[in-house]
Amino acid sequence: MLKKRIIPCLDIKNGRVVKGINFEGIKDAGDPIELAQRYVKEGADELVFLDITATLEKRKILCELVSEIASEINIPFTVGGGINSLEDAKMIINSGADKISINSSAIQNPKLIAEIVNEFGSQCVVLAIDTKFVDNQWIVFRNGGNVNTQLNALEWAEKGVELGAGEILLTSMNNDGTQSGFALEITQQVSEKVSVPVIASGGAGKKQDFAEVFEKSKATGALAASVFHFGQIPIPELKEFLNKQNIPVRI
Amino acid sequence: MIAILKYNAGNVKSVENAVRKLGYEVIITDDDKLLKSADKVIFPGVGEAASAMKYLKERGIDEVIKSLQNPVLGICLGMQLLCEHSEEGDTKGLGIFKTKVKKFPTENLVPHMGWNNFSFLNGELFQNVNLEDDCYFVHSYYAEICENSTAFTDYILTFSAALQKDNFYATQFHPEKSADNGLQILKNFLQL
Repeated sequence: MLKKRIIPCLDIKNGRVVKGINFEGIKDAGDPIELAQRYVKEGADELVFLDITATLEKRKILCELVSEIASEINIPFTVGGGINSLEDAKMIINSGADKISINSSAIQNPKLIAEIVNEFGSQCVVLAIDTKFVDNQWIVFRNGGNVNTQLNALEWAEKGVELGAGEILLTSMNNDGTQSGFALEITQQVSEKVSVPVIASGGAGKKQDFAEVFEKSKATGALAASVFHFGQIPIPELKEFLNKQNIPVRI
Repeated sequence: MIAILKYNAGNVKSVENAVRKLGYEVIITDDDKLLKSADKVIFPGVGEAASAMKYLKERGIDEVIKSLQNPVLGICLGMQLLCEHSEEGDTKGLGIFKTKVKKFPTENLVPHMGWNNFSFLNGELFQNVNLEDDCYFVHSYYAEICENSTAFTDYILTFSAALQKDNFYATQFHPEKSADNGLQILKNFLQL
């Protein structure tokens, strides 16, 4: 049986893992390689690395980090942050990433999704959507949650999949960093609507939150950061817990 | 020396890293002499079937692969190209394995992405691997069960997770991305 995926997310700034609350207030959470190795040992199913300060000059450094990660870990990993062109995507994938995640650049230039898909296939392209509940609607934000795009999250997810995105990484900005649970409603809606895997993100605080999002939506993966980085929820314990609730996970 | 076939497929780096980690020397090449003289050949694959096959044909690598006598391991798209035919781009395969590659019914969640286990396991690749051990899959097309199938996996339907015929071995999943289980399978292949 296909297992639900538990995915730690490592936000990278200047080569260190950092974590903010509601997209702000950043604190240090360690060395990316060490943390990644720890997660592989603990049974993480995939890893996501988001470079939150990706600039052109830093791109080279990121590629070096990606190739170091690729040589140290043997589970799939996604890299995102500042991927604005097919060339950027090529650099990251050729450095050893399995998938790239695109967000703002895809909103500004939806054709980019198709371009990367044509080169590397759908399975390489994760469309990351940051969404916030505003005026009774789930709206897509870009640039690290700073710009309201007026796009409807559900419609944007469908459009992205139409253009070839092989996976949706759906982050609720309302929930992110609050540890109050995943945004069930929008996760449910998006995962019912699109035909590709959806990863729920933002708000994990306790083990039950993971169980709930898997029970109440069709998400096949759940992503979290601080609860893993700071040891609040050890992955083996989380998987044991989910297993007991009859949610299929890799033990 | 382990040769990894060089062609227009994505991410061969992970395969290279995994083989090196197991203590073997690796060369990434499309040179027919090197491919023929290597101890083992790995035919990796992330990409699209028709363009990959076109690339191989243009360089005559298709015939080289068919003629190999040393152990060959096809991975994912590499495996699918070793079959008779793929629905992806209506591509004629190399015809080693007596099976066809079809698209998963699209009304379901496709690609099949993530960790999955086996419903049947057989053969040298799977020593010290159990039915409940998970490996990492990511694919939208699957090879039908046939006489060469050495592992089955269930997703929407039951398909070939691994194939073997003579010196040709293949896995639909990615051993290089399947943590310790994958390393064991790669090790089994490298020790053949």
